[in-house]
Amino acid sequence: MAPAQREIVDRAIARLRDLPGALLPILHEIQDQLGFVPPAATDLLAQGLNLSQAEVHGVITFYHDFRSAPPGHHVLKLCRAEACQAMGSERLEAHLRERFGIGIHETSADGRLTLEPVYCLGNCALSPSLLLDGELHGRVNERRLDALLDGVGVKSPPRSGCGCGKQGGCS
Amino acid sequence: MTVVYVPRDSAALSVGANAVAEAIARIAAETKVQVQIVRNGSRGMLWLEPLVEVETAQGRIAYGPVTEQDVEGLFAAGFLQGGAHALRHGPVESIPYWQKQTRLTFARVGVTDPLSTADNEANGGLVGLKKALAMQPAAIVEEVVLSGLRGRGGAGFPAGIKWRTVLGAPAEQKYIACNADEGDSGTFSDRMVMEGDPYMLLEGMVIAGLAVGATEGYIYLRSEYPDARVVLTAAIARARAAGWIGDSVLGSGRKFAVHLRIGAGAYLCGEETAMLESLEGKRGMVRPKPPLPAISGLWGKPTVINNVMTLASVPWILQHGGAAYAAHGVGRSKGTLPFQLAGNVKHGGLVEVPFGLTLRELLYDFGGGTASGRPIRAVQVGGPLGAYLPASRFDVPLDYEAFAAAGGMIGHGGLVVFDDTVDMSRMARYAMEFCAIESCGKCTPCRIGSTRGVEVIDKITAGTQRDQQVVLLRDLCDTMANASLCAMGGLTPMPVLSALNHFPEDFARS
Ligand SMILES: Cc1cc2nc3c(=O)[nH]c(=O)nc-3n(C[C@H](O)[C@H](O)[C@H](O)COP(=O)(O)O)c2cc1C
Ligand code: SF4
Ligand code: FES
Repeated sequence: MAPAQREIVDRAIARLRDLPGALLPILHEIQDQLGFVPPAATDLLAQGLNLSQAEVHGVITFYHDFRSAPPGHHVLKLCRAEACQAMGSERLEAHLRERFGIGIHETSADGRLTLEPVYCLGNCALSPSLLLDGELHGRVNERRLDALLDGVGVKSPPRSGCGCGKQGGCS
Repeated sequence: MTVVYVPRDSAALSVGANAVAEAIARIAAETKVQVQIVRNGSRGMLWLEPLVEVETAQGRIAYGPVTEQDVEGLFAAGFLQGGAHALRHGPVESIPYWQKQTRLTFARVGVTDPLSTADNEANGGLVGLKKALAMQPAAIVEEVVLSGLRGRGGAGFPAGIKWRTVLGAPAEQKYIACNADEGDSGTFSDRMVMEGDPYMLLEGMVIAGLAVGATEGYIYLRSEYPDARVVLTAAIARARAAGWIGDSVLGSGRKFAVHLRIGAGAYLCGEETAMLESLEGKRGMVRPKPPLPAISGLWGKPTVINNVMTLASVPWILQHGGAAYAAHGVGRSKGTLPFQLAGNVKHGGLVEVPFGLTLRELLYDFGGGTASGRPIRAVQVGGPLGAYLPASRFDVPLDYEAFAAAGGMIGHGGLVVFDDTVDMSRMARYAMEFCAIESCGKCTPCRIGSTRGVEVIDKITAGTQRDQQVVLLRDLCDTMANASLCAMGGLTPMPVLSALNHFPEDFARS
């Protein structure tokens, strides 16, 4: 683990370890800051919370939210549940595959976009719905999806340069 | 100064409410008109979102759905004086969709500023809590028993009876655990309460605490609701600052603390014992019952576990009396339920009505049929573990018992509408796939059976030994229904078999 990552893990443990049932809040804090939970954090968490490594590993892998590797620059969580299916969410899935060559749980080759599934966002009357970098969008069709992705600077390959302005750029 | 309401409910945000609010503020500033923009909750007429309301002498005038691009035209049309415009719907409370409802629990949602404590109190907030503070715990419990309120999370267990058990369980520490995991597709009433009237939920939790002798409350909120998290976090802080929760509730010397915890994307953690495990920081594995959580729940202590809507219904019940609540509804289904119209429906949204309406009334009188304009073919009621019903079942009244007798489940009140382009074999397959993804893995029929179920349905639709495979699928469903520890494995056969039984033709094409 890089020192900066380790510091974030250590700080999350120190800050939250006294909460009852602290493991989930700590994991959220780590992922909020790093975008994933580094596998090497398991040992630190186990020590810090007086749990076995197996327990910590079991918790991390049980929950769909926690990633063990960094996601792409932008994360799109597409709702796959029934109400969104009723309004054509599968077409959005196909559209993303066509434009970026990615399916659910995949990241585009240029590392700019990760597609993750989500099962209902509570926006079922304005379906299909998705979260783009944590922001909810409803009544999404292919055109609107393209516009949303354009808005955060995710363009179809092979055009390069994300333009999203994030430090370090998009590689 | 004209007051303009632009909802902050996440459904409204998802279709551009923030941009609309910004445009209104910008043009008002440019044209030097004084407006006060209030970010209210949503009225639940979601097909009209963003639904902008303007306060006038004739009441609050509604315009919707408003886009950022419409705002200039609205100013030109004099919308601040309630002027005519293609998007104008007249006084919001005269829109039939609103007028035909019985808003008990959702009375303030969409009306007030969700985070304003003053707005809350001016509109009936805290009345129930103040009454409860003057009552004996057993009397509060009996008021809830009298109301007939049943759990809104799905199982429909009488809330008062559960509270009675917790009240009677001697312990140093007891808990109130609010189930805000709302994982069912097609449901959003919990979300709308948390975003639109969070103090009502907190008030309900405090009353529950007073009733059973609990001083700590946990809200287990799903991570898929980032906007609800923001509102709840702010509401808890403000309620604490106002002395509504904390060490001395409304100066009574009685303590009630509220903690917010965030789930991590597991549907199963909505099951109450899995939720307890998750709150304790563990994997969300289902616990065998007994012991009941009411006896041994969170950290082994007596715990009231209730859905958001259940707890949010309690302030009204205390304010107006259990008998007044029980006067609504039919049979053993007392009070109102906020139904949620979702999926392929023209007028999607939240409809709070007494139990007893038919599906047809909700789907057509409120919903207006499909969004696509095609015929409704199937409706899934009660979430991903609920049955798919064909038009021949649309006249069954929505009460827990009558609906169960007709092979359905009201659950959390979500209705997901599909038009005639749906392939029901795919929906059946999805139900099995969803079970495979979300199973906690404790029992074999659920863990393995769901994956086998996907394979068997694939064979059926591919036409490989179709008849034998259909027999196999029924067998499999039988095993899952009878040998699963919880309703995840136990009820997945509901959508699967209802699809197969009501729409056999979809399984016969290849
Ligand atoms: C797989 C599964 C998922 C569930 N999800 C939820 C949920 O998201 N929210 C909820 O309130 N209840 C959910 N329940 C029901 C709870 O187990 C429990 O009955 C409920 O929280 C009790 O509160 P109530 O009596 O107020 O309804 C679920 C049950 C199962 C089996
Ligand atoms: S039925 Fe499924 S989800 Fe429920 S306890 Fe068994 S394995 Fe877990
Ligand atoms: S099913 Fe997609 S938002 Fe609810």
